[in-house]
Amino acid sequence: MTANAPGQVCLMQGNEAIVRGAVEAGIHFAASYPGSPSSQILGMLGKIARERGFYAEWSTNEVCALQACCGASLANGRALCIVKQNGLLCTADALHCAAQHGVKGGLVIVSSDDPSAHSSTNEFDSRWQALSAGIPLLEPTTMQEAKDMIPYAFELSEKVGQVVLVRLTTRVCHGRGNVTLGPLPEGHRPLERVKEWDRMVCVCYMHGPALQKLEDLRRCFEASPFNHYAGPEAPKKLIIAGGTGCLYGQEALRRLGGEKDVGFLALGTLWPLPEDYILRCLRPAEEVLILEEVDPFLERAIQALAGREGLRLKFLGRDGALPQTGELDPDVVTAAVARLTGAPLPEKRPTGELELPVREMSFCAGCPHRATFYLLKRAMRQEKHPGVVVGDIGCYFMAGQSAGQYAYQVCNCMGSGVNVAEGLGQLTNYGLDQKVVTMCGDSTFFHTILPGLVNATYHNANMLLIVLDNSATAMTGFQPHPGTGLTAMGDAVKPMDIPKILDAVGCKVEVADPFDVVEAEKTLRRLLDQPGMNVLIMRQPCATLKAKERSKKPVRVYVDQSVCVGDGCGCDKYCSRVWGCPGNTWDFKNNKAQIDPVTCVGCGVCAKLCPSGAIKVEGGEEA
Amino acid sequence: MTLKYDPLNIVVCGIGGQGNVLAAEILGSAMCDRGCRVAVGETYGASQRGGSVMSHVRVSNQWDPSVLIPAGEAHIIIGFEPLETLRIARKYAGADTVTVYDPRPVYPLGVLQGVQTYPPLEELQAEIGRLSSMTLAIPAADIAMEAGDSKAANIALLGAFTQLPGAPLNREDLEKILAQRFQGRVLEINRRAFALGCEAAGKGAAAHG
Repeated sequence: MTANAPGQVCLMQGNEAIVRGAVEAGIHFAASYPGSPSSQILGMLGKIARERGFYAEWSTNEVCALQACCGASLANGRALCIVKQNGLLCTADALHCAAQHGVKGGLVIVSSDDPSAHSSTNEFDSRWQALSAGIPLLEPTTMQEAKDMIPYAFELSEKVGQVVLVRLTTRVCHGRGNVTLGPLPEGHRPLERVKEWDRMVCVCYMHGPALQKLEDLRRCFEASPFNHYAGPEAPKKLIIAGGTGCLYGQEALRRLGGEKDVGFLALGTLWPLPEDYILRCLRPAEEVLILEEVDPFLERAIQALAGREGLRLKFLGRDGALPQTGELDPDVVTAAVARLTGAPLPEKRPTGELELPVREMSFCAGCPHRATFYLLKRAMRQEKHPGVVVGDIGCYFMAGQSAGQYAYQVCNCMGSGVNVAEGLGQLTNYGLDQKVVTMCGDSTFFHTILPGLVNATYHNANMLLIVLDNSATAMTGFQPHPGTGLTAMGDAVKPMDIPKILDAVGCKVEVADPFDVVEAEKTLRRLLDQPGMNVLIMRQPCATLKAKERSKKPVRVYVDQSVCVGDGCGCDKYCSRVWGCPGNTWDFKNNKAQIDPVTCVGCGVCAKLCPSGAIKVEGGEEA
Repeated sequence: MTLKYDPLNIVVCGIGGQGNVLAAEILGSAMCDRGCRVAVGETYGASQRGGSVMSHVRVSNQWDPSVLIPAGEAHIIIGFEPLETLRIARKYAGADTVTVYDPRPVYPLGVLQGVQTYPPLEELQAEIGRLSSMTLAIPAADIAMEAGDSKAANIALLGAFTQLPGAPLNREDLEKILAQRFQGRVLEINRRAFALGCEAAGKGAAAHG
């Protein structure tokens, strides 16, 4: 990642390519909050920051990250902010203000979208934020472009004094491809002292100059090396692609044999559009297929451009030729290209009749959340009226599925749980006779729960907030947060103490261990019966983190099949059917429970729940 | 590097946590080192949480392949579990697809919970056979445990992969990468698992074709 070997070809992940691009651009500052699919970027930057002489941090949330980047930019530093689509939306106010006040040192935001929501709850399209804020937008197609676009984005940002947005998608972030390395800069451009009359202030009269910057950028983009046209000089049929759709489209044309007749315009600069460049291809065309990830962003803009020029064209895109939702893949793109060219589609082979079960995601074996949601569901069922549970964003989002026994009824965005619960909790004074519970992880606690916690405590809502303290930002790969005592650059710092913060805010707090099921249940029920704002910290480290750090062999958990009653037991196969740990499987031959030794991490909670005492724990170090 | 097809398409499939992503990355790096254009697409949102996971590895001497393989265009399928292998074969197997997989079932939660049924193993295997021009069933998890760690099943399957007809990499190519990637005890276990995987494939005990 830091080798000064220009010309060397490496197989790089898209996220790695962004890191390499940032190093080649000579950044001074990088800040991010973890979010898949781009979580790895700042983790890698943190590891090389000291060697390369820049600063990198896992910020408490995305707003902190972007605004810290604004500070770095004022001192003429090059600053990189990395977010996912939801994180970009979190920064909306800061982003729009930054776009209005402009920047001094280059400020580049990398926003990774997740079409089809492989590791998200939605597939929001970041590109509208560029349109809305009025900032330039780039999107790479290959890992090579992902690397090359970062230095280019910094040059653009400094040329016009504006924030630049680089949009990635999962297939670029998590894909790998050949990357030819560029040279590394020798030393850093020095920072500049902030002068008395330097200004980065958001005021309305900057709106006009901001629009002028966009016009200057449009002219730059007319000759950008990231836009390519290939095909006949005056194509009747044209494909315009931005992002991953580009390679699928080129491959589909090759397979269907339309390369000679169909024009192919690959765009890397998506906003503002290089209008003259596009119009040169568009004028002779009769039919245009637009390939892009998620929303018809390019499609709408190019339709408007064609309309303005009085061109009569047939458009194919997200409005019909392609599905309206979900990511592009070679198959949907091939079908759309076949529609454009009239070529027959390759035939599908018939497959068998067997029905294949789906593989639902679940909490990992030994996950403390499984125990917490088991206890919560049990306690709620024993209430006169089942209570309301409000979800939040983290691994525990899965608690809404069978993994958490379908625990919650509502989930908005990250940090929303405490606020939604506050609303419900207030109504318990107005006739709503239900218990109200919500939850958050320890990283989410710092990210966005704090203001909601203050609000709910100050207004004394009747509710319970469960803090699922597993000492990790587990969903995205164990990044440090303010509760962990570590920073992105590997420094040990004083960890923030969640109970002390809660105490200072003034809510009632108790701590329990979800693996101590008997005591934890007592504490949970006591807090549920208590009016006002209550907080229960369920403390037990993430099982995956613990397995990584464990030095000794874990305990062996096994089923004594001579004790297990099997199908006839009144528990109705509780261990494998309801508890739902991937380690608890069923021996279909003997009709008895069994433990999968490959998966089990030895937490031993199932042994505490088995009514027959058939699950045994033996030796080793308990998880 | 001579390729039987260009691009040559390989799917690695299994369940989150089985080392699928690492196996694909090792294959990709080895082929990049040989001077090819390589693309690897990883679907790992669910990687540690028990969901279905697949990686696409594509290699070409001509152009940059996209990170995803079109339906019906896989030339080699490396499967870590029979159900997942069939799921992938149904979508990606084509006129000439060689499949190497571990026939040890891992039951989805829905099956353990009694709301779904795991199809009979022999029927799964029969359909995998019908969809492939050749199949090789390798007890990779058992081999890995014999080598010292169940986590090395991915490396055992890579060993078997090098013995397939049309495999773009040979035993030495991958042994070289293993030595670069791992050290100490982990390298020892992986070397053992790799060698046992090669041998199992060489014996072709469960091969049909």
